[in-house]
Amino acid sequence: MKNVCLYFQVHQPFRLKKYRFFNMGKDHFYFDDFLNRTVMQRIAKECYLPMNSLLLHLIEQSERKMRVSFSISGSAIEQFRQFAPEVLDSFKQLAATGCVEFLAETWAHSLASLKNRAEFERQVLQHCDEIESLFGVRPKSFRNTELIYSDHIGEMVEQMGFQTILTEGAKQVLGWKSPNYVYANPIVQNQKILLRNYKLSDDIAFRFSDKGWEDYPLTAGKYLDWIVDEEMKGEVVNLFMDYETFGEHNKASGGIFRFFEDFVRAALVSGKIKFCTPSEVTETCQSVAVLHVPHPISWADEERDLSAWLGNELQDEAFSKINELRDKVIAIDDANMTYVFNALQASDHFYYMCTKWFSDGDVHSYFNPYDSPYEAFMNYMNVLSDFQREVNKLATK
Amino acid sequence: MRVLMFGWEFPPHIAGGLGTACYGLTKALSSTDVEVIFVVPRAYGDEDQSYVRIQNASDVEAQYGGLDVNDDFYKHMSFIHINSNMVPYLSPEQYEEMYEEHEKHTFTRKVSDPWRERYTFSGKYGATLMEEVARYAVVAAQIAKDLEGQFDVIHAHDWLTYYAGIAAKRVSGKPLVVHMHATEFDRTGENVNTIVYNIERNGMHAADKVCAVSNMTRQTCIEKYGVPADKVVTVHNGVLFKTKNDEGEEVERGVDDKIVTFLGRITYQKGPDYFVEAAAKVLSRVDNVRFVMAGSGDMLNHVVRRVAKLGIADRFHFTGFLKGDDVQKMFALSDIYIMPSVSEPFGISPLEAMRSNVPCVISKQSGVAEVLDYAIKVDYWDVDAMADAIYGLLMYPSASKMFKDKGLEEVNTIKWDNAAEILKKIYNSLV
Repeated sequence: MKNVCLYFQVHQPFRLKKYRFFNMGKDHFYFDDFLNRTVMQRIAKECYLPMNSLLLHLIEQSERKMRVSFSISGSAIEQFRQFAPEVLDSFKQLAATGCVEFLAETWAHSLASLKNRAEFERQVLQHCDEIESLFGVRPKSFRNTELIYSDHIGEMVEQMGFQTILTEGAKQVLGWKSPNYVYANPIVQNQKILLRNYKLSDDIAFRFSDKGWEDYPLTAGKYLDWIVDEEMKGEVVNLFMDYETFGEHNKASGGIFRFFEDFVRAALVSGKIKFCTPSEVTETCQSVAVLHVPHPISWADEERDLSAWLGNELQDEAFSKINELRDKVIAIDDANMTYVFNALQASDHFYYMCTKWFSDGDVHSYFNPYDSPYEAFMNYMNVLSDFQREVNKLATK
Repeated sequence: MRVLMFGWEFPPHIAGGLGTACYGLTKALSSTDVEVIFVVPRAYGDEDQSYVRIQNASDVEAQYGGLDVNDDFYKHMSFIHINSNMVPYLSPEQYEEMYEEHEKHTFTRKVSDPWRERYTFSGKYGATLMEEVARYAVVAAQIAKDLEGQFDVIHAHDWLTYYAGIAAKRVSGKPLVVHMHATEFDRTGENVNTIVYNIERNGMHAADKVCAVSNMTRQTCIEKYGVPADKVVTVHNGVLFKTKNDEGEEVERGVDDKIVTFLGRITYQKGPDYFVEAAAKVLSRVDNVRFVMAGSGDMLNHVVRRVAKLGIADRFHFTGFLKGDDVQKMFALSDIYIMPSVSEPFGISPLEAMRSNVPCVISKQSGVAEVLDYAIKVDYWDVDAMADAIYGLLMYPSASKMFKDKGLEEVNTIKWDNAAEILKKIYNSLV
């Protein structure tokens, strides 16, 4: 019997509008509501609503044997409220079944874990409160923005009370080890680490619709065989992916919903697979070894490191300038300012400024509303400069 | 006096200062009884035609077969063959445009008779730039022939039209004036494109008179192109302002900080990186100042990276390419205007800034420095001096006020009429 842990990331950033130098000092609304609404409503229709109802259906039909987990970023929740409240209702329905775990993360889907502990804790707290008030359960497991993780981040998260953390089964830290076991953080060894099986996850997330892939078309039976294969040792298979995989990255017409439904049914019937949430995994499985991760890893790009968000001059400058504002924003303690401050910290803004195009250029450009990283930077800095002015004005009051 | 004039652009369809200069010049000429027939590739049909007869080069049908050497035309003109596979001088930015342009305008060459078609010039620097230069020359010869007896002098602006000028001269036998608005050395530093250089050189040597927009440019023509000194005349540009009743719309300032502006193409020639370095120096001393770089160009990304690296991106803003009213708006928002050009044959933009009551810091390596007294002049490479000048204008309001008031007075005396006057004399001396 193998455990399968399904986890889906739900995130939408607040995309910025075209903010020109001439707007500075006059216009303090930074977001492209039209674009944000359009994207949200499209994805709600293509992905969130049909997939939520499919999951609900499967949970009921399986007599509650089906398990999934989500992390929904604060900015996504906020945009559900504004543009697609029916999605929130369907998540609440899922929550009510008791078969769904909601994970904690930073409210803003930010990179705060890399820079400022106090800010990180503030954002996580804000997110936990939000999740608890919506779904009635306080998150017990943690997954950081884009699965960013290091020994240090794990320790920080453990001290905040999370015994379970999710991250990428990155080759550079695993080496010969298998991602299909639970590992322990070397600093706080009671913390359990779940590692994403990137091969099997990406088979669905990236390769399902790829007609050039040797295993195309992927069928539920074939996929199930891979998971239960005796050759593949392990106690738990972690399938972590963007929720938009269903219906958005892979269109419904390509059969992704049907595939998922068939896979779940077949898995349950086979008796060889048990679906678990991250918390359930850590209850049943012991950690087999410590896993040293001295430098942060993530699930992004070929490199599985931070280079999608930080590292070039543009990203470093923007990141350091937004972080400089932190203490003032906290001191001002104004809900509107904090809201904008959160939105501007979303990792997506830095992702747009990425200048490494070789291996993952198409993935980057798919998510990018800008024509070039330089444009993204200039626009972001114009917005940030105006926000900085506003903050300074309030701070001196 | 009637002039057949060859240009490459004319307002409102302009990519640079040449179009604006042609506009001011022809306007001033028309008030001195000089008739101008202006030939420009691809007239879009909405140019202000009141004082220039726009002759659309694309409307002229080249009526001769490609290989029919008996045609009258060939007796007056040697065929100019330019290898279009050679890459002409183009900035990477224009290169991009060029590719797109090329995609759109790929010449549908019917093998049968390429020379008998109506040529549609792209009007911009396209993928077949050299080819277009050559074709323009061919059409120019035809125009000169068709308009025989209707003009006394030929006047060609910048190297793109020089072969057209030469061709027209050979066909008609009329004197040729070529106008150097910029030299290849200004555009590229010392790494000149020899094809362009040769066209410029041939144009000047074939001409009866050469006009240079500044003494600096005149010197370049003499020293680097070997043009006899008595053949080159400096004709300083003027500046043409819109009638000043648009002041009604005061631009409201969003930020209370002082604003220092760079406005122009972000290319090597304009010296944008010196501006960035000077900005960083000023910002290390002064808080309430912001720097703005308006424009686009092949060095934009480089400059953005440098700004980020220096950690001043929250005080250094980019507006992208500004069109129409936004330029005036930018001037109205500015407290100091900077033109750090590495090499600027003339440079009209400081005059526009001064007209908007903005004190200027300009590089000594610009033609406009020859005609201005009330602007701070620094060497383009001397970022310390540039930072000093900015600092001074920011911190000492009396200095800034002096430059504003005197500058406005001064700039109002710099008119195209002066240029037209000199030009008319040149025309008369040739006829």
